[in-house]
Amino acid sequence: MKVHEYQAKALLAEFGIPVPEGRVASTAGEAKEIAKALGGRTVIKAQVFAGGRGKAGGIKVADSPEEVEKLAGEMLGKRLVTYQTTAEGVPVSRVLVERAVDVRKELYLSIIVDNSSRMPVMMASEAGGVEIEEVARATPEKILKAYIDPAVGFQAFQGRRLAYGMGLEQPQIKAAADLMANLYRLFMAKDCSLAEINPLAVTADGRLLALDAKLNFDDNALFRHRDIEELRDVEQEDPLEVRASDMGIKNYIKLDGNIACIVNGAGLAMAVMDLVTQAGGKPANFLDIGTVNNTERVVNAFKIFAADPEVRAVLVNIFGGMARADVIAQGIVEAKREVDVRVPLVIRLAGTNVEEGKRILNESRIEFIEAVDFYDAARKAVLAAGPAR
Amino acid sequence: MSILVDENTRLLVQGITGGEGSFHTQRCIEYGTKVVAGVTPGKGGSTVFGVPVFNTVEAAVKETGANASIIFVPAPFAADAILEAADAGIPLVVCITEGIPVLDMVMVHRYLKGKPTRLIGPNCPGVISPGKCKVGIMVGEIHMSGKVGVVSRSGTLTYEAVAQLTALGIGQSTCVGIGGDPLPGSTFVDILQLFQQDEGTEAVVLIGEIGGTAEQEAAAFIKEKMTKPVVAFVAGVTAPPGRRMGHAGAIISGSSGRAQDKIAALEAAGATIARSPAEIGVTMKKVLSS
Repeated sequence: MKVHEYQAKALLAEFGIPVPEGRVASTAGEAKEIAKALGGRTVIKAQVFAGGRGKAGGIKVADSPEEVEKLAGEMLGKRLVTYQTTAEGVPVSRVLVERAVDVRKELYLSIIVDNSSRMPVMMASEAGGVEIEEVARATPEKILKAYIDPAVGFQAFQGRRLAYGMGLEQPQIKAAADLMANLYRLFMAKDCSLAEINPLAVTADGRLLALDAKLNFDDNALFRHRDIEELRDVEQEDPLEVRASDMGIKNYIKLDGNIACIVNGAGLAMAVMDLVTQAGGKPANFLDIGTVNNTERVVNAFKIFAADPEVRAVLVNIFGGMARADVIAQGIVEAKREVDVRVPLVIRLAGTNVEEGKRILNESRIEFIEAVDFYDAARKAVLAAGPAR
Repeated sequence: MSILVDENTRLLVQGITGGEGSFHTQRCIEYGTKVVAGVTPGKGGSTVFGVPVFNTVEAAVKETGANASIIFVPAPFAADAILEAADAGIPLVVCITEGIPVLDMVMVHRYLKGKPTRLIGPNCPGVISPGKCKVGIMVGEIHMSGKVGVVSRSGTLTYEAVAQLTALGIGQSTCVGIGGDPLPGSTFVDILQLFQQDEGTEAVVLIGEIGGTAEQEAAAFIKEKMTKPVVAFVAGVTAPPGRRMGHAGAIISGSSGRAQDKIAALEAAGATIARSPAEIGVTMKKVLSS
C-alpha cells in the first residue's frame, strides 16, 4: 500500500526524523493561510501517488501567500500526468505547503528487504534528488549498502560508515547515523516494504532534512496496522480495482485489452495472459480468483467485467486444486443469470471435481464455448472477441 | 528415487483441526502419506481421521517421531509455527500458508540460519514424490511416478505442466512448489542441487515467473553445476511493470524482474525454453528423446 508524501512525512516526524515545516491543504484558501502562517518563501507540492511531479508541474515555489493561493488553485481539482501515470493522470485533491529551505547538498537514503540476503538493507548515496535507478545504472559505486541483521538491528557503526561514505562532515555524522537508525525503527515498526528519503537535504545551516519521502507498506501486514490502513486513498487507484477489492477480489488488475480472464492461481493467470497475447489478443485484466469455496466471488468477477466497457469476451480457465471446478461452474451459471454479460464466454475446466463442473454447465443450458486446454481456450477467446482496440 | 519426501516420511500437520488442514490431511492420507501427528494448541488429546493431535510440536515429535511438517496455520501465526517446527528439530517444514508478512519471514530466515531445518514455501502447493508420498495440496491423480523433477514458483501452473508430462507418459521423481513469496525458504538453486544429486532424476522442469532474480541465480547454477537437462518456462512475458501480479514476489520493479531477461539468462545457461506454457510437456519429450 502507498501513502501520500504528507502522510509519510508525518510518520517520519513521529519517529524523530526532521522534515520541513508545513501542512496539507485541500483548498486554495487553506493553502494561502498555511503560507501566511509559515511566512517567507514556500513550496507547493501536489499530493499524488506518482513520481516525476516536478517536471509535470506538480511542484512550484511561491514568494507570497497570494501566489500560493493562485498556484494551489491551478493544481487542485486537476489531474496530473507524469511519466509514471497513465495518459489520464491522477487527481490532485490536496497540496502540501512547506517552508522553502536553502539546500547545500542532496543525498539519498532508503531501506528495502533484499531478496538474496533475506535481510533489510539500508542504501545511501551522495547522489540524491534523482531517480536511484539512474544512479545505479550510471554510477553504481555511488550507492552504499549496509545489510541489517534483524536480530540485533541497525548499528551505530553502520550509520557512521554510510554517513562518512556519503561525504558528510563531522558535525553531521552523528545526526545522520541517528536519522538512519530512526528510519530503520519506522521500517520495522510499521511493516514497510520501502522507506525512502530522496532527497535528504543538508541545509545551508548544516541541518539534515527529509525534503521528500516515500513509504510503501506490506499489504500482508496491514492486519496489525489499522492506523496505516486508514491512510489508504482509493481516489488514486483504478476505480474497477477498488470495486473488485471491496467485493473480496483482491487479485484483480485492470489492463487495456478486451478479453476478461478468470483464472485460479497467479502463475497460471499470468501464463493465460501470455497465451492470449501469443494468440493475437489482448487481456482486459489479470485475475487470480484464488481458492473459491462459494459462488459469490465468481458472480462478483462477472460484475466487474460487466462494468468494463472494453470487454468483448470472457475466458475462464480453472485447474481445480484447492479451488473446485464444480463450485466455479455453479458460480458461472449464477453469474449468467444475475449479471448482464452479453459477450461470448469461453470455459476450460480441469482438476478437482471437473466432471461435476461440466455436468452443471451442460445442464444449465447457458451459452458458452468449451475449450479442451488453456491454449485452446486462449485461441477461442481471441477469435470470439475480435480485434482489440 | 526422489528428493525431500518418500515412503520414510512421517508427517506432522500443524493446524490440523482447521478447515484446510483437516481437508488436506485426509487427502494426504488417501494418497498414502504416513500422517503420524497433528498440532493445534488447545486441542491436544483429540484425534482427526485417527491422527493424534498434540498441543505442541515438541510433544508431537517426541511421541510419534515425525520427521516432516506441513503448516496450514493462518498467516498472522504462521511464522511462529515455522519456528516451533524448527525448534523441535524437524528436518523438513513445508508451509502452505499464503500472506505471511515479509518482515516475519525475515525473522524466520534469521532464525533458521545454521539450523538443519529445510523450509519449503510459504505460499506454496507443497511437495509430492508420485506413488510414494504427498506433502501438499496438489491433486495427486494428475501425477505419475518417473524420472523428471519439477520445481516451480507457481501452484496451478505446475498442475498444468505435470498434467502435460503425465499425458505424454513422462513420470515425475518429485515435484516441488517453492512458492510465490519474495523470500522463499528454499530457492530454485537449493532444489536444482538436490535434483542434480538424485539418482532417480534424469531431467528437470523449472517454472519461473516475473519478479526478483531467482531465475537468474538458477541460470548461473545450471551453467556451472548441472549436467542434467533443464526445460524452463517463465510466466509473465506480457505482465505490466510496477504491478504485483497476485504473488507477493511477482512484480517487475524498475528494470529488474522482467520475464524476457530471465528467459535469456536461462537460455544462455543451456536450458531449453518452452515458449508457451502449453508446450512444457512436448519440450521435455523432445529433450528426453534427443
